[in-house]
Amino acid sequence: MDIKILGPGCANCHRLEERTHEAIAELGLDADVENVTDVAEIASYGIMKTPGLVVDDKVVVSGRVPTTREIAQLLAGG
Amino acid sequence: MSVHTAPAHPAVRRWGSLVAAAALWLVLYRLNLPFWDWLIYDALGLSADSAAGSALHFFGYDVVKITLLLIGIIFLVTLLRSFMSLERTRALLGGRREGVGNVMAAGLGVVTPFCSCSAVPAFIGFVSAGVPIGVTMSFLIASPLVNEIAIGLLLGMFGIGPTLLYVAAGLTIAIVAGWALGRMNAQRWVEPFVFETRLRGEIVDSTAGLTWDDRIEMSREEVVTILRKIWPYLLVGIGLGAIIHGWVPTGFFTTYANADNPLGVVVAVLLGVPLYSNAAGVMPLVQSLYGAGLPMGTLLAFMMSVVALSLPEMILLRRVLKPQLIAAFIAVVATGIVVVGYLFNLIL
Repeated sequence: MDIKILGPGCANCHRLEERTHEAIAELGLDADVENVTDVAEIASYGIMKTPGLVVDDKVVVSGRVPTTREIAQLLAGG
Repeated sequence: MSVHTAPAHPAVRRWGSLVAAAALWLVLYRLNLPFWDWLIYDALGLSADSAAGSALHFFGYDVVKITLLLIGIIFLVTLLRSFMSLERTRALLGGRREGVGNVMAAGLGVVTPFCSCSAVPAFIGFVSAGVPIGVTMSFLIASPLVNEIAIGLLLGMFGIGPTLLYVAAGLTIAIVAGWALGRMNAQRWVEPFVFETRLRGEIVDSTAGLTWDDRIEMSREEVVTILRKIWPYLLVGIGLGAIIHGWVPTGFFTTYANADNPLGVVVAVLLGVPLYSNAAGVMPLVQSLYGAGLPMGTLLAFMMSVVALSLPEMILLRRVLKPQLIAAFIAVVATGIVVVGYLFNLIL
């Protein structure tokens, strides 16, 4: 599984990254987590409000930080 | 008859705890003044006429009052704004002409959830969807300038009159400045890669599929995040306010910065532009300067220049805007604020 955290390094981006790692650990997934900090690349995903969560090149969350449980559901469902 | 307590319905529990929180908020807000009266004047025995007594009282009372106001305002605003999104705003603005578009963009800038850390992706998102540069700029100016925290604090500290003036002035500046930047043919000052950005995949609306519980949780988190971010500004602002309140003689400032002083507003804006704080940090200072006799127009101009033009946001925007447009942006907005300051000093 290929996971990207979109965000230039704001507080919310770090929180999303933390929770994503928690969710991955909870589910015991084998996943690569990559931070995308370049604004042009972030914008090319079509999100206008950071942070964003991209799973296998598909935007699943934009502009908010979901709870760890919600992220786990998104990862398990996707 | 069997006696068993049914587990509380989730909706009952959700709205019940919100009502309880609101009641607690109200009680604390009401107790604030009597508490500090008692603590400073009775328990500590300081006189209300002494500099130390009035300064300490101002500090304690204002810290609690502003914190409570912020908690209430941020929570409610985040809850309401969870029904609005940048995606929806962009859809509303796409294909609008300048003029009407500038007016709509300024209005939407006030109600759309937005933080300056997203200024760049939002800018690219708007422009690549065909929103004109000037209209996009109206949005980007209105969003920090007419700020929900400032509106709430003004309402709590000065009442409805100055609040409406502030909102009207902020919207006017955003509309006119955005329109003026559009007239300057600002496209040539936008980094070319913005126009080449192609969107891939489908657009996810950031508010799609949220439940009430999600919205409430988001609002609660937003309160914590913002308070954690601004408390140093808040304490410094209120501390300066308390010092002015206690030790600076009434009339001190008015000698130098009364409404008749032709340079008052210009100086206030020049001081405010490099200063970067947020509304929560400036408002206590504004309140005590007002108490010390400074005119409202000068103070509102100072506050607007502090919140609307910030160095960190300019540095972020440099990624998509050439220096000429950033300079034009600062010049147009600062001029607008100066004009508004003089206008208020004239009519108030």
